[in-house]
Amino acid sequence: MNFWLELIIKLVAILGFVLTGALVVIYAELKAGSHMQGRIGPYYAGVRWGWAQPLADGLKFLQKEDLSPTGADRTIYGLAPYVVMMSTIAVFVVIPFGPDMVGRDLDLGIYFILAISSLSVLGILMAGWSSANKYSLMGGLRAAAQLIAYELPLVLAAAAVVVQAGTMSMNGIVLAQSETWFTVAGIDVAMPFLLKGQIISFIIFMIAVVAELSRIPFDMPIAESELTMGYLTEYSGIRFTMFFLGEYASMIAFSAIAATLFLGGYAAPGVPDGLANLVGPGVMLLKIALLVFVIIWIRWTWPRLREDQLQRLAWFWLIPIALANIAVVAIFKVVF
Amino acid sequence: MSDKQIRFPFRGLWEGMWLTLKTMLKPAPVTMYPQVQEEPVPRARGVIALDVEACTVCMLCARECPDWCIYIEGHKEEQPPSKPGGRPRVRATLDRFDIDYSLCMYCGICVEVCPFDALFWTPEYEYSEPKITNLLHNMDKLTYWLGTVPDQPPLEKS
Amino acid sequence: MTDLAMIHRSESAVSIELQTPDMTLNIGPQHPSTHGVLRLIAKVAGERVTDVEPVIGYMHRGYEKLSEVRTYAQITTLVNRIDWVAGFASEVPFIIGVEKLMGVEAPPRAQYIRMILTELARMASHLVFMSSYPLELGATTPLMYALREREYILELIEEVTGGRFHPNFNRVGGVKPVYGGGSMTKKWSLDLPEGFLQRARDAMDRMEQICDDIDTLVSDNELIKMRTVGIGVIPRDKALEYGLTGPNLRASGVAYDLRKVENLLPYDEIDFDIAVRQGGDCYDRYVLRIEEVRQSSRIVRQAVDQIPSGPLQTKVPRVLKAPRGQVYSRGENPKGEFGYHIVSEGARMPYRLKIRSTSFSNLSILPWILQDALIPDLVAIMGSLDFVLGDVDR
Repeated sequence: MNFWLELIIKLVAILGFVLTGALVVIYAELKAGSHMQGRIGPYYAGVRWGWAQPLADGLKFLQKEDLSPTGADRTIYGLAPYVVMMSTIAVFVVIPFGPDMVGRDLDLGIYFILAISSLSVLGILMAGWSSANKYSLMGGLRAAAQLIAYELPLVLAAAAVVVQAGTMSMNGIVLAQSETWFTVAGIDVAMPFLLKGQIISFIIFMIAVVAELSRIPFDMPIAESELTMGYLTEYSGIRFTMFFLGEYASMIAFSAIAATLFLGGYAAPGVPDGLANLVGPGVMLLKIALLVFVIIWIRWTWPRLREDQLQRLAWFWLIPIALANIAVVAIFKVVF
Repeated sequence: MSDKQIRFPFRGLWEGMWLTLKTMLKPAPVTMYPQVQEEPVPRARGVIALDVEACTVCMLCARECPDWCIYIEGHKEEQPPSKPGGRPRVRATLDRFDIDYSLCMYCGICVEVCPFDALFWTPEYEYSEPKITNLLHNMDKLTYWLGTVPDQPPLEKS
Repeated sequence: MTDLAMIHRSESAVSIELQTPDMTLNIGPQHPSTHGVLRLIAKVAGERVTDVEPVIGYMHRGYEKLSEVRTYAQITTLVNRIDWVAGFASEVPFIIGVEKLMGVEAPPRAQYIRMILTELARMASHLVFMSSYPLELGATTPLMYALREREYILELIEEVTGGRFHPNFNRVGGVKPVYGGGSMTKKWSLDLPEGFLQRARDAMDRMEQICDDIDTLVSDNELIKMRTVGIGVIPRDKALEYGLTGPNLRASGVAYDLRKVENLLPYDEIDFDIAVRQGGDCYDRYVLRIEEVRQSSRIVRQAVDQIPSGPLQTKVPRVLKAPRGQVYSRGENPKGEFGYHIVSEGARMPYRLKIRSTSFSNLSILPWILQDALIPDLVAIMGSLDFVLGDVDR
């Protein structure tokens, strides 16, 4: 196929997936959250169940004036949302939704993801610094400290998977999980890494993901009751929409990574190889939805931690445990 | 309670999540307001209704109102005598009876002090206005609300 | 000068140069966790608050001065707007003060109705606290649960008084006896409506249920404990020194409750305990209020069982004039001691009304307790004191 045509198709597909996915997750959050609180949430937008509420919200945000404070550093202030959005979208390049349904199957897939996703901290720091607002500055600094602290457990938890899979390619990791683990009565049983002894990595990875997303219980950077939305305080209009969509898009992105690393990605038991490209995306979306729901569920149940408690959790507990876990996984890998 | 002796680690976190999940699966206790009207209790102090016929323009309500939001104007009117040959009666008639609901604090003192049963509470609540000046309601509006005065609820036996 | 000393001095000079001045952070008056319009001028070094100065008065409505040109009946409508989450509770001490001045006493049934409604108002106020405090710590769901249950309490209050927040139901000499002053409306008694007692019992069941739910969702939550246990500790002597009252004082280990001390309402005929906790930290202040809701529901259950029959109001003159004199009457508001000092010169209006509002006194500990707190702790401590800005500024 023509290189440029392929590129354009992939771009449109990824952009479309990210934006619709973000809208769907926003709707899911509104609806699930309100039902958990004993409310019904959006109801009127659209004809039934308020399905069009995220769209309506988006339209409303687009109409709002794009304010920027007097003291703001205009260039950086304007650029910050796009940096955050870009780093989120770039992650989707290597996430496989089927054996062939992947933007580009890099050999260093997981490495690429971890590198590119930590760029978002740059955007957040830019937003916090350039807003000329003390609350924004504190929020930005909190976010920087938090994202740096939680990059490490994230990388270490992923490293354990890489050690077990023996590859960094996302597709390779999925294939490693669909290998036959053992055979019972002639049926080959494949297991995702979650059940192959990576449960500790999975828990650490999910905690780190929630922290990376700055969601409750780790939402100190935007803590509404303390910092009045932190680095988002001064943003409005389309730039706020960018941050907002970026938050939910990265929720999908990280859930997709977790699903690929630990839950077997697009692979499902009993699917013949010929159909993997067709069934794969559905299986993947189901797994993403499950993880997204857990993140939403936690957000509507738990309170927020304090910044120093969060750092203590990362450095005293998650990182040592993750390091020990890598050692154990490596020993098992060598011995067996 | 926090004083239970043996606790699993992080049990509180899971129990909380279980509670929110249970709530999510139950139907939400929501009244779909514009379609389903909420039934206010009969004594609810929603809005004040006026019985023009009973009013004698004595101004007691306007005088006792804590924030003076009642505006009354009236004049004396000669009425034909009740029986032929009698003296013509003089009756006070209302020209203006306005209540400024943007000032009113719904205390009910005017209803309490009215000696001629001219003012009543009614639980009507749908009279919000986009502009604050439109909350000055005149005699016609107040008389219209008279039809919505509910019956008094039966009392607890004592 | 040796080289070593020079190096030492230059290093210290660098460190002095690097010492940055504290940042002044203006928290409020428009801030989500200042409960309205409190303003804190905080000096912060990073996340740590080094100095804080509360600025109040953004909600001053001049109720003390207004009361000097209002009759006693009209003041009742003002005083329930001071602490609006528990309107009925702040009416009672004022009315009883006027009754003391005039030498009348409410009949027993009126006193019991006052007691039931005061306890309902206490529950409503504590439910607002139980909803807003987790919100300040980041948990959004308890808000909806507690406010949903508060709706049942407000419905009960509305059913009797006609108002949800501002009952305006107390009259000198009892509670509001009849609908109006006319020949017809005079016969419409405003006694408890039919089925109220049973509905109150049902609502108490719901209260005990929501207390358990909030315990499950909030009090037992390890994250909440991490955020609140040992934070903002007010020792017993400091609490007394700053004149804290109510749950804030009782959480510091002082079993002082005006319901047991003052004899405004027939609490002595009711069996209930004063909830006391020893720690004095945010968690204790929080859990103590849940315990108080349980105690209040005990009080309401007993009160609706033994409510006497009789008239709602004693005979009082048509034009209320308090004789010359002064009186200080105080009651246990949900937030603490709520007192009115009424000075009368014998007119229809008080000569002077001094309102001792609870939140104002409880707030006075803020500069001391917020010393060296972190900003998240500042929010946690401020929320745990449970003040209402209308009550602070009057």
